[in-house]
Amino acid sequence: MATPPQGPGAPLPAGTRAPDFALSSAPDRTVSLADFRGRPVILAFYPADWSPVCGDQMALYNEVLPEFERYNAQLLGISVDGTWCHAAFARDRRLRFPLLADFEPKGAVARRYGAYRQADGFSERALFVIDGGGIIRWSDVSPIDVNPGADGILRALEALTGASTPA
Amino acid sequence: MSKRAAAALTLPVGERDHAQGPADAPVTLVEYGDYECPHCGRAYPIVKEVRRRLGRRLRFVFRNFPLRESHPHAEHAAEAAEAAGAQGKFWEMHDRLFERQFALDDDYLIEYAADLGLDAARVGRELAAGTYAPRVREDFRSGVTSGVNGTPTFFINGLRYDESWEVEALVAALEDAAR
Repeated sequence: MATPPQGPGAPLPAGTRAPDFALSSAPDRTVSLADFRGRPVILAFYPADWSPVCGDQMALYNEVLPEFERYNAQLLGISVDGTWCHAAFARDRRLRFPLLADFEPKGAVARRYGAYRQADGFSERALFVIDGGGIIRWSDVSPIDVNPGADGILRALEALTGASTPA
Repeated sequence: MSKRAAAALTLPVGERDHAQGPADAPVTLVEYGDYECPHCGRAYPIVKEVRRRLGRRLRFVFRNFPLRESHPHAEHAAEAAEAAGAQGKFWEMHDRLFERQFALDDDYLIEYAADLGLDAARVGRELAAGTYAPRVREDFRSGVTSGVNGTPTFFINGLRYDESWEVEALVAALEDAAR
């Protein structure tokens, strides 16, 4: 269950079992990683709602959702913002995927994925593609001010479905 | 930090593309853009100026990357440009859309088609039927897999260009690539 903490900028690598978690996706709703067992999950840790690069990154993923859905993959955004903040942000940007609040204890999930910036108090811009069996198949940390795009995620999903027969 | 390869075009420039400038130009600039995006609107005169400066040494290609959730008119604007392209006037419509970014409702799109001397009724039918939606989607997909992370995103000779796209910077980068 507990995963040893990694150094900064060292996300859990491919081949690692993805630590399970249960986080609020809305004031009255909780999402856990295990809910999506059997499907690929894309975890997109980002520093903060409303900051310019994050906004663009989440807006881009919102547009790319149909491509993720071709792989039956579920996208989850995660930051240390609280659920009310997420709700306002998602409404403003019309986001159609859940934003999870890694809020209390602050950044606990990001820490377990090796994606927390202790000095800043928020997470890295880190991406994880997890297969239907709960194993991390690809991970990546971008420079904090760079929108990583979606090409890496799509390549990872492609490799995943290429390696195992899709249901 | 993992080593990052420069993002590269997964769909090479070819027959399917709308291009201005010679096919054998030493530099090809590809823009992924959205007709309703204000940044693309700002890039529009810059690209015109850059093309003027580079002349026959530059081929410019425009591909659609409509951010439909943020820009409700972007998808139909992109399809209207393709519809105009089917009647031989892609670039005329492309220019009109960027110059009239503030007026992109379907009624306007059809009016622009008429202004350009196109069969506007046909454009209207094609918009309603989504005739060019698959083509626009193909552009969009090629952008996503190539690492487009917002609009506009530029590629110079197939590699994503992440630096400033102000006139002087872009001209310098293109001159560099032309050498």
